[in-house]
Amino acid sequence: MKRSNAPIFWLLFGAGGMLSALLGPMLVFITGIAVPLGWPLPGATMGYSRMLAFAQHPVGKAFLLAVIVLFAWHAAHRMFHSLHDLGLHNGTAAKLACYGSATAMSLVAAAGLIRIGF
Amino acid sequence: MIRNAEPGRPASTPSLRPPAPPYVRPMQGWWQRNPFFVRYMVREATAVAVAMYALVLTLGVVCLAAGEAAWNGWFDAMRTPWSIGLHAVLLVAMVVHAKSWFDIMPKTMPMIVVGGRRLSAEAITRGGWAATGLACALLFALAWWWRP
Repeated sequence: MKRSNAPIFWLLFGAGGMLSALLGPMLVFITGIAVPLGWPLPGATMGYSRMLAFAQHPVGKAFLLAVIVLFAWHAAHRMFHSLHDLGLHNGTAAKLACYGSATAMSLVAAAGLIRIGF
Repeated sequence: MIRNAEPGRPASTPSLRPPAPPYVRPMQGWWQRNPFFVRYMVREATAVAVAMYALVLTLGVVCLAAGEAAWNGWFDAMRTPWSIGLHAVLLVAMVVHAKSWFDIMPKTMPMIVVGGRRLSAEAITRGGWAATGLACALLFALAWWWRP
């Protein structure tokens, strides 16, 4: 019997869903509202040299990669399965569009993090 | 109408007309008919916000790798009212996602037995929300401690 690849996609969906449920609200608040507004965190919190140091540190690098990859795969899996509810046929094209964009985002983020250096 | 032209024809007589197409219930806007389905679709729609935030972060990583000018460009874009408005919407969506994620968690996880009794659905949901509160508080504390 051919083994199903569904558990892999479901695992990524579950891990991304859990990570975004635990940290998503505060991450969006910090990077999208608090620091850009300069309140309650100063705008310099996300200055170039500081963020470079953060992304060069192994922990910061792993955190950024985990957040981007898992968020992207969680969203791709959920959107792919919701297409049917919107009356769209979830065939090969939809699969390629959803999981393909998650793959592309993961690769671009990984390449950027490698380019940033260690 | 040809369909109603021969009401008296016996069932056994072969008919030349094609069979009537089966009735298909219209599904357009099906989820708007029931609040339960509306909640389901709102929950599924949070995935769009999660994808958008992943894209924002990916662009940030790309700009950070491209150098200081690119990074400052990305951060200037983050400071526009458009971006802050978008992130306010993303924040609401993330909160809805966190709430619904733990609402359905009792149904998606294997059951937990504590002291010979199955852990109740409410306990799992509340535990999840508490974990989110704790994780978010911890993350903010880290950012506060790390600020310049």
